Amino acid sequence: MVTDSAAAKRRTSTIIIMMLLVVLLALISLGVGPVRMSPLEVLDTLFGGGNDVYRVIVQEIRLPRTILAVAIGAILGLSGAALQGLLRNPLASPSLFGAPQAAAFGAVLVIALGLADVRSYALPGAAVVTAFLSVFVLLVVAGRNAGLLILILAGLAISSLAGSATALAMNLSSNPFVALEIAFWLLGSLEDRSFRHVMLALPFITIGAIILMSQRNALRALSLGEETAQSLGVHVGALRLIVILGVAFGVGGAVAVTGTIGFIGLIAPHLMRPLIGYDPARLLVPSALTGAALLLAADIAVRIIPSTSDIKVGVLTSLIGVPFFLYLIVRERRALGGGVG
Amino acid sequence: MMDAFLTAHKLSVMLAGREVLHDISLALPRQHLVALVGPNGAGKTTLLRALAGLLPARGAIHVGGDPLASLSLRERAKRFGYLPQGHMVHWPLPARDIVALGRYPHGATDPARLSPTDEAAVERAMQATDVTQFSTRPATELSGGERSRVALARVLAVEAPVILADEPTAALDPRFQIEVMKNLRAAADSGILAIVVTHDLGLAARYADVVMVMQEGRLVAQGAPAEALSDTILADVFRVTAYRTGHEHRMIIVPWAGV
Repeated sequence: MVTDSAAAKRRTSTIIIMMLLVVLLALISLGVGPVRMSPLEVLDTLFGGGNDVYRVIVQEIRLPRTILAVAIGAILGLSGAALQGLLRNPLASPSLFGAPQAAAFGAVLVIALGLADVRSYALPGAAVVTAFLSVFVLLVVAGRNAGLLILILAGLAISSLAGSATALAMNLSSNPFVALEIAFWLLGSLEDRSFRHVMLALPFITIGAIILMSQRNALRALSLGEETAQSLGVHVGALRLIVILGVAFGVGGAVAVTGTIGFIGLIAPHLMRPLIGYDPARLLVPSALTGAALLLAADIAVRIIPSTSDIKVGVLTSLIGVPFFLYLIVRERRALGGGVG
Repeated sequence: MMDAFLTAHKLSVMLAGREVLHDISLALPRQHLVALVGPNGAGKTTLLRALAGLLPARGAIHVGGDPLASLSLRERAKRFGYLPQGHMVHWPLPARDIVALGRYPHGATDPARLSPTDEAAVERAMQATDVTQFSTRPATELSGGERSRVALARVLAVEAPVILADEPTAALDPRFQIEVMKNLRAAADSGILAIVVTHDLGLAARYADVVMVMQEGRLVAQGAPAEALSDTILADVFRVTAYRTGHEHRMIIVPWAGV
């Protein structure tokens, strides 16, 4: 069909453009800092050119940060798109449901109890478990086919609870840098990350991404509602658990090395829908690319906005994300007022 | 040929601690259009869901000779085309993608990559319900009647031996009510067993081979329209009298007054 292939072509070109954008932003990200380099200089340095100082700066100091921005931005975009597909709800996202906040609590708890240091795999492990629990509890509390309002209220409750629990755990610990640490976990940042952090987060993020991608076709069938999806052979109960697990792995792995970075997962799918359409399966990859681009851009911005101290990238994504969320509420107001129409 | 294709033996369903279906037994052959009627809350939708295996039930269901319980979710999906009430679409997907989801049980999980067999089934279903012209239109932009036909096309595209349709004519104007019933009648004539829940006794009497009447979770009458919708049953179950006549060799029945 003519128009069908037109849609497919538009999707392919959107994906290619987003990939190029991610590469370009990654090169800019590698060049931004006290020593500025152009994308071309960065490319040269990456492939062994330039002087030793430049190589150390790019390959050892900035590369981990950039890799994390790409991977974490992508998994947040992917998680947001998958959750919106699962709940058939454009206001769903990991951060609105308290998943990153709960993951942060898990990580903090492990540190506060002295079970592991900040570079152990126990950290992302605990973050994955608490992220899973938070989304699971949220969906149980909200019930099947929950309306927007219920989901958002339940998410608000869970993220507040997780935030307070994190603060409490830090207060009770003997850590002298408590205030700083709370800020670290509640407001995510990509500063000063090493390859050790990349190694810590990447396996979890990869597993999460594989899990979520494996469910893409079931998410499409779910567009027709749970009952119809089940009548088409989708095991809806299993699908829910698998998607929550995928989100938990991705968000848990991300939060364990950066703290909570919100709203990427909410925004990314919305930016792609006008270009790609509403099919939840076809939105996954473009949303991941958009998430990567958004987080790279935000992380570049916090480094070039003039300020006396470093701005946390989590603060910036929230500053952009919350007004966007309010805009979405206005747009969805009718659905919020009544049932889901 | 009149062998039963779908049978239920002593089917009971509990929902929220209350028994909503009691001891339902039935045996229905292919190539039949069965109308399932009954007052609100009689358990029609529950029976449909139980037959499709969408909710846990006591008793035994056999479809095509196999116990339903022994079939995987996907095998069940190939045998039952299920059209729920209201047939919601949550995202504005193009109509063709929705119809193509009918091929999901056959392994065609991506509407953009259909095999020629799946493509042909989708095409047939869309032609039967006359929705080909809406292919690329988002389902949410279609009128109620157009959306119901797209939903029906999705069910036809499964090409399952059994179709279970829950009030497919609700909220449709008279012309589309007739169109939808004609589509289901044609499906039945082609060899499918179609079970259709409806509140419209007139449509039931006109199009169905068999009418099943439910009341308070029980099957209280079943048979040809004239016997299942007798004056006694209309008075007992629906608490109405009816005006009856005939037109073009079909029975016409119009609920007339409360009793």
